[in-house]
Amino acid sequence: MTPLGGYLLVAALMFAIGLAGALVRRNAIMVLIGIELMLNSANLNFIAFWRYGPHPEALTGMMFAIFSIAVAAAEAAVGLGLVIAIYRHTHTTEIDKINRMKG
Amino acid sequence: MTLIQEVNLFTPQTTASAITGVLWLIPALPIVASGCIALFKQPLRRAAVTLSIGSLGISLLIAIAAFAHVLSGWLAGNAVRETVNFTWIRFGSSAVELGWVLDPLSAVMLVMVCFVGLLIFIYSTGYMEHDENFTRFFCFLSLFAGAMLGVVISNSILMLFMCWELVGLTSYLLIGFWYHRPSAAAAAKKAFLTTRVGDIFFLLGIIWLFAQTGTLLFYSHGTGSLEPLALASLLTQHAGLGLTAAGAIGLLIFAGAAGKSGQLPLHVWLPDAMEGPTPVSALIHAATMVAAGVYLIARVYPLMQAGALTGGVTTSLTVVTWVGASTAVFAALIAVAQNDIKRILAYSTVSQLGYMMAGLGMGGVAVGMFHLITHAFFKALLFMGAGSVIHGSHDEQDIRNLGGLKQLMPITFVTYVIGMLALCGFPLFFSGFWSKDAILEAAQHWTVARAPFYMLVCGALLTAFYMTRQVSYVFFGQYRGHGHAHESPRVMTMPLAILAFFAVALGAIGTPAWPWFRAFLDGHAAESLSEPGLFALMATSSLVVLIGLGLGWVVYGNKSPEPEAPDALQVKMPAVWNVLQNKFYIDELYGATIIAFYAWWARVADWLDRRVWGGAVAAVTWLFGLFAKFNRFLDANVVDGTFDKGCEEISTGGGLLASIQSGVVQNYLRILALAVVALVLILFWSSRP
Repeated sequence: MTPLGGYLLVAALMFAIGLAGALVRRNAIMVLIGIELMLNSANLNFIAFWRYGPHPEALTGMMFAIFSIAVAAAEAAVGLGLVIAIYRHTHTTEIDKINRMKG
Repeated sequence: MTLIQEVNLFTPQTTASAITGVLWLIPALPIVASGCIALFKQPLRRAAVTLSIGSLGISLLIAIAAFAHVLSGWLAGNAVRETVNFTWIRFGSSAVELGWVLDPLSAVMLVMVCFVGLLIFIYSTGYMEHDENFTRFFCFLSLFAGAMLGVVISNSILMLFMCWELVGLTSYLLIGFWYHRPSAAAAAKKAFLTTRVGDIFFLLGIIWLFAQTGTLLFYSHGTGSLEPLALASLLTQHAGLGLTAAGAIGLLIFAGAAGKSGQLPLHVWLPDAMEGPTPVSALIHAATMVAAGVYLIARVYPLMQAGALTGGVTTSLTVVTWVGASTAVFAALIAVAQNDIKRILAYSTVSQLGYMMAGLGMGGVAVGMFHLITHAFFKALLFMGAGSVIHGSHDEQDIRNLGGLKQLMPITFVTYVIGMLALCGFPLFFSGFWSKDAILEAAQHWTVARAPFYMLVCGALLTAFYMTRQVSYVFFGQYRGHGHAHESPRVMTMPLAILAFFAVALGAIGTPAWPWFRAFLDGHAAESLSEPGLFALMATSSLVVLIGLGLGWVVYGNKSPEPEAPDALQVKMPAVWNVLQNKFYIDELYGATIIAFYAWWARVADWLDRRVWGGAVAAVTWLFGLFAKFNRFLDANVVDGTFDKGCEEISTGGGLLASIQSGVVQNYLRILALAVVALVLILFWSSRP
């Protein structure tokens, strides 16, 4: 059986990749995808800690993961809705051109 | 039942009968009617007339009931004097009390005022028919009737004074009813200001009386100001110049009465008051309001009479007599040389008021009041007859331009002649004869001096003379006016006929053969008088009247002179005529003295106002302007400077903070990421063993 560290490593890598994507991509959809990656790396951690934790029979980590996925789905729907609304308004999805909230 | 409860509400201490309890309704009804009419629009003529005549009619019924009550009490041998008093305002230990009184004096006046007033109201509906301010006229008339009735029933000198002033106000409003005429507006002002002179003294008298007796009530179960207790205390106070407080207060009150009743030297307003509509002249300036002064003296008669030694003579009554007698002759002289039909009657009114005052001064309440009542009827009749003449001859008031109306206006002629004979005191069949005779008789027995008797006889002669002159000018000869004269409508002639009946019939209540009126007012049983020399006096006065009538007829009768021709007397005695026609130059005298003084004083005040007070005000203004400029400098340079600086700093700070808000979402995310990294590092560091 793969040790816990392996899962954590993969999750950390996924988080880093997602974060990098969210920070550097200009396309708003790509930013959203990065955020999804980060969320899923967190889910991976939940499952891994559950399986290697003191009560693997209690389904706690699974519940966290399912809730997190549901929240992520809702977040994706809202995020995509916003992107479409902004696109209709400005005809662009380039996120650094959308700075009307500048103070 | 409710009426009696009402009384209990006002007065815990009353013992009055039911009719006295509702006596307040008599003035209240016309006043309420007037208030309602004031809210009406101009076209609501019928409603206004119905309301005012209806309310006065009900007042008349109550007044008759009250009179019947007093009369039945008198016939049963009791002098009725019932009062209803209540406290209006209480301050400290003293209180302002109001109330009303029902006694023979007020009962007689109530019936007279209501009855004459009602006839004049009815007459006015015809006279004022074409006036666009018909409703306003009836509003004022009703207010006047209410206020006058209030004067009559007052048992409190303050309430009397308030109604007195209300009466003065309505007089002002009605004299100036045609306010678009400058002469009417001026006459209204003159009336108001002249009576004010008297009223100031009256008010002083009231205050003095209140200060001395501590009560405003006339009669209040022994504690009123006209009752023996208070009078005795007033007699012990000395007011200087040999007067007691009672005498001095009596003189002050008489000054008020003289103003209202047009006595010398305050008579000047009354002839000018004829600028008002004729029904007003009849009601206010002949029958009722001007008689209020006489009534006032009759009301406070116990005060005037207090301390009399022999024959009822006191200082104040002596003054009343002399003023009255002089006024009687003085005004009769002026009336001889006037050409305005209403002005002649106005001076005649002044003269007759003088008779009443003299009658009060020498003979007592009953003598003065008898003449007041008979005069109210025949003078109202004469004024309404004059109104009928004016109405029928298209607003012509100059007697030289009238004439020959005997055929053209027969009803007016007959009633007018009856009124004229009553005024002259034509023997035996006319009320004026008996009432004037009573005054002459009192004058004959006056112990102080004989002069008033001769003055009054002289006045009687002049009265007969000028009335004959007027009647010959107006009714005899040829008609000299313009247009076609016509008889007045029935609504105007009917009241004339009723008044004419009373002008004759009223004499019956006061003949020496059966003088119950005098006994009724003086509060003792009637007894037939059999004075020695009474018939001689009657014969003398009849002779005097006949001489006056004859002289007038010889000089003026049936002559039909040209309108521009000089008067018959003017031809014979131009100097005397001029003086008389110019009313003894009294107006000019006042104009040259009092009014000139006030005009000068007004100019001084104006100069002071412009130069002195105005300059002071300007200086203060300038000072404040300077101060304001200094303040402005401070504000602009000190206060504003600091404030502006603070605002600038806040603005700059806000700008700095705003630059962080770049609007680029990824920047926020970067900061977030850095924060997460920092957090991880801290956790990592701190969890090291």
